Amino acid sequence: MPTKVIMPQLGESIVEGTVVKWLKGPGEKIANLESLLEVETDKVVSEIPSPAEGVLLAALIPEGTTVKVGTVIGWIGRPGEKIPESDKPAAAAQPEKAMFVPTETGATGPVEAHELGFISPVVAKIAREKKVDLQRVKGTGQGGRITKKDVLAFLEAGPQAGAAIWETPADGDLFRPTELVFAKDDAAKAQGGQAPAMIPGNHFVPHTTIRKQIAERMVFSKTTAPHVTTVMEADLSRVAAHREASKAAFARDGANLTYTAYLVAATVTALKAYPMVNSSWEETGLRIHPAISIGMATSLGEEGLIVPVIKNADGLSLLGIARAVNDLAERARSHRLQADEVKDGTFTITNHGVTGSLFATPIINQPQCAILGVGLIQKRVVVINDAIAIRPMVYLSLTFDHRILDGASADRFLSKVVDCLENWA
Amino acid sequence: MPEMTLVDAVRLALDEELERDPNVFVVGEDVGKRGGVFRATVGLIDKYGAERVIDSPLSEASIVGVGIGAAIYGMRPVCEIQFSDFIYPAFNQIINQAAKMCYRSGGEWTVPMVIRAPYGGGIGGGLYHSQSVEAFFTNTPGLKVVVPSNPYDAKGLLKSAVRDPNPVLFFEPKKGYRLIKGEVPEGEYTVPIGQAKVSREGADLSVFAYGMMHYYCLEAAGTLAGEGINVEVVDLRTLYPVDRQTILASVRKTGKALVVYEANLTGGYGAEIAASIAEGAFTDLDAPVRRLAGPDVPAMPYSHPLQDWFMLNPEKIAAAMRDLAAY
Amino acid sequence: MDLSKETLLEMYWTLLLARRTDERAWALHRQGKIAFHISGIGQEAAQVGAAYAIKRGYDWVAPYYRDLAMMMALGLTPYEFMLGLMGKKGEPSSGARQMPSHFSLKRANVVSLSSPVASHNLHAAGIALGIKMRGEDRIVITSIGEGSTAQGEWYEAVNWAAIHCLPIIFIVQNNSYAISEPIQKQMAVPSSADKACGLGLPGVTVDGTDMLKVYEVVQTAVSRARSGEGPTLIEARAYRLTPHSSDDDDRSYRSREEVDEHKKDDPLLVTQRTLQAQKYLTKAKIDELESKAIAAVDQALADAAAAPYPEPADAAFPVYAEEVQHA
Repeated sequence: MPTKVIMPQLGESIVEGTVVKWLKGPGEKIANLESLLEVETDKVVSEIPSPAEGVLLAALIPEGTTVKVGTVIGWIGRPGEKIPESDKPAAAAQPEKAMFVPTETGATGPVEAHELGFISPVVAKIAREKKVDLQRVKGTGQGGRITKKDVLAFLEAGPQAGAAIWETPADGDLFRPTELVFAKDDAAKAQGGQAPAMIPGNHFVPHTTIRKQIAERMVFSKTTAPHVTTVMEADLSRVAAHREASKAAFARDGANLTYTAYLVAATVTALKAYPMVNSSWEETGLRIHPAISIGMATSLGEEGLIVPVIKNADGLSLLGIARAVNDLAERARSHRLQADEVKDGTFTITNHGVTGSLFATPIINQPQCAILGVGLIQKRVVVINDAIAIRPMVYLSLTFDHRILDGASADRFLSKVVDCLENWA
Repeated sequence: MPEMTLVDAVRLALDEELERDPNVFVVGEDVGKRGGVFRATVGLIDKYGAERVIDSPLSEASIVGVGIGAAIYGMRPVCEIQFSDFIYPAFNQIINQAAKMCYRSGGEWTVPMVIRAPYGGGIGGGLYHSQSVEAFFTNTPGLKVVVPSNPYDAKGLLKSAVRDPNPVLFFEPKKGYRLIKGEVPEGEYTVPIGQAKVSREGADLSVFAYGMMHYYCLEAAGTLAGEGINVEVVDLRTLYPVDRQTILASVRKTGKALVVYEANLTGGYGAEIAASIAEGAFTDLDAPVRRLAGPDVPAMPYSHPLQDWFMLNPEKIAAAMRDLAAY
Repeated sequence: MDLSKETLLEMYWTLLLARRTDERAWALHRQGKIAFHISGIGQEAAQVGAAYAIKRGYDWVAPYYRDLAMMMALGLTPYEFMLGLMGKKGEPSSGARQMPSHFSLKRANVVSLSSPVASHNLHAAGIALGIKMRGEDRIVITSIGEGSTAQGEWYEAVNWAAIHCLPIIFIVQNNSYAISEPIQKQMAVPSSADKACGLGLPGVTVDGTDMLKVYEVVQTAVSRARSGEGPTLIEARAYRLTPHSSDDDDRSYRSREEVDEHKKDDPLLVTQRTLQAQKYLTKAKIDELESKAIAAVDQALADAAAAPYPEPADAAFPVYAEEVQHA
């Protein structure tokens, strides 16, 4: 009995997902739990593991198509196994979307020069020695592979097996979907590319799922919370010195010690001191979150941005934070985040300084209370005890929900962050 | 012909060899009055005395090391390691001493001895009473490594091992000690070391196994015969030196090879068989050479479901056979 | 003392010849003519004294790598030792397969030695077991450095010998260092002979620079062993006058003053003085033997240098007893 592949619910609020890429082709072997396809939902692109072991009998949903959670998107089973009729997409309804559906014979038809698939050493040897045209041998192995038995049976069958190509009766189906005649890649080319970035000079770029989500979220946040931004600057001399002294030791422990780790650590300290900032506004009251989970806005370039969350950051050492920062950033950029890794943040940090910005007024990541913007770290002239000094400085912009915090309490929180950074020990 | 268990065949071989040659003696933990924890030496002390059926102190290195000295002196020791899991304290003696003695002395000194050790899992033995340790020894020239899979071979191979002028490791499938029964002819016969045996003929694929796994493979092959798949089963019997000729002949016939072993997959003995097939029969292959083995966790766990997860069985083997047959 | 003047002079000669051969090996190494040498200088009196207490060629010996003087007492010639140093064909220990000083000499019942220390003590116990099982009156003598008495296999061997009352003598040549480690870092007892009391056999400590005292102590142990009274553990105390091996620099762990102090007790000089006091040895005789020894070493070196190397193909054999051509 073949096993259904369904569009999974990647997170509690997710209702649909887009097939980004099939990682296995029709007929290809797949192990249980081996990655089968990439699905994009909400803000996550995730690899979906196969629900069973076998071969991919059918990939029903073409790449780029969005379907509801729970939709059957493919089938896994034994080679040649039939999939239940009711679950095949109706050919008439959406023929352009059917990527591959096995024919009744389980193999491609007797076209003049079909793909032979893998030829094993012994089949190659027999073919060479007995001068067998393998195009004429019908394969019965996995994915229609020609087995040793097939070629021996072909030889045993004698002359009629070697009949001229025009004497081999066709299956009578003259007009078949081109996908079934041509290789998958050719079919894709024939359809024309759909990737938005591939259209030079076009006036219209269709929204990606991520872009749509970002837009919705930003508008929602701006219209929900009254945004106020307060800015302070911090002297990072001690942080820089500590980082220089500790980098090598952290590297031995497998962590790349970045400034972000210090900013997360300082923010956690301040949130512990001012738990009101670690909260969410609700209709009837303020929900103060017991755990501190820091979202870390990570740019994916043109694709948009994603906010992986360092869960329970208040329980992590600087090393633990550094590791989490490295790991989440790395996996965010390679689309390997799990759905729940972008959820349940209680505070967000956005490091806009990496693109040269000195300070900014970021938008709150709902339903959080505030977001900390971190500007470019640059050496600036500052006055210390009436003397002029050159120090690595950074502007920290805190955008907060004015429903929750007043200016003074927001400033106390931000002062605490600054204080923690400037007096790093 | 009388039918007997594998462990009875082992005891019978020891009895006959002790009777035949006064230089032969048995040494190991609890081999005397107790007759061995698996009862493989039961009754021998009464027949041959405590001088020739020696209860050793609880130290494996000494069982083997003293055996080596005695063998050098011309005796024929049959050393018993109580469980193959406990063989490691004797590792230096086996690998550095017994295996290399002939070579390192230019042939002046040789070590005619047998080291018997029950091996394998499926008996609720946990991490340290279930191991299959053959791969640690099958890359050591100078040793011979033998694993019988049935009572007939157990007796015939053990007698050959006792008479062999070299150190022979004789791994006995302990799960099969009383489970595996078979006919053993009365009287003198031996089974030569170094020869594999086609134990079931078939045309669709070749399966290579030894010891307990060979027993399971025969069972699985029987199941597949009912499905129209004819499996050839080869009992390797001697792992080192390996009988490549018989292995390659079988692969040339069927074009497909599955190697089944109970030890951990990676670096296991089956890897050597797979490599030999790839080297020696590449142009006869109709499918990739496959290995079915224990998982790569440190050893077999104790709890029943955990043990079952680790341990191969006829069902798992049949599934692998089916899969390869369908390739 | 039952030693005649002739025997005593022969013992002195053996000691002297071993010393000059050993010294020449150091020179050959520093000349870049050989790859390795490990020395017995400082321990020769203990070795020769022990060797002369047994029936050489009748009793069995499992020596260790510093036993050059013992080996010469058992018949190894400077030429044969030089063949070993240079890795030349016909080297009697191993056919030049092993590093130098990994002694074996079948004609003298000397059993092959490997590099992991204390491995061979178990073989000695096994040989003693074989002797006992056959009811023969041979004995076994096995030596080892004091550092190696920390090895489990050494304890296991002594334990076996004590349990089974085996005809064996364990000689520990305490040369004060295990490579760089002084005795305090190797054991918590003042003498390794003290370890005997925990294992149930007599333990005796003797001045290893005094050839005659060692002879006496070993002779007592030999008669005990031969008469079935069991094993003896003897520590012969000496001082390693050279670095551990040709690859060692002992200046990193001991002072020149310390070494110079011990040179006063150089067993060669001690033996000379003893024999001079007994009027067996005169200044003229000393000089005569000295030039004879140098000439013997020169000749051995010339002959060994002229000897051929083994054929590369000799490296392929004999892995198994069946491949031993002369067997």
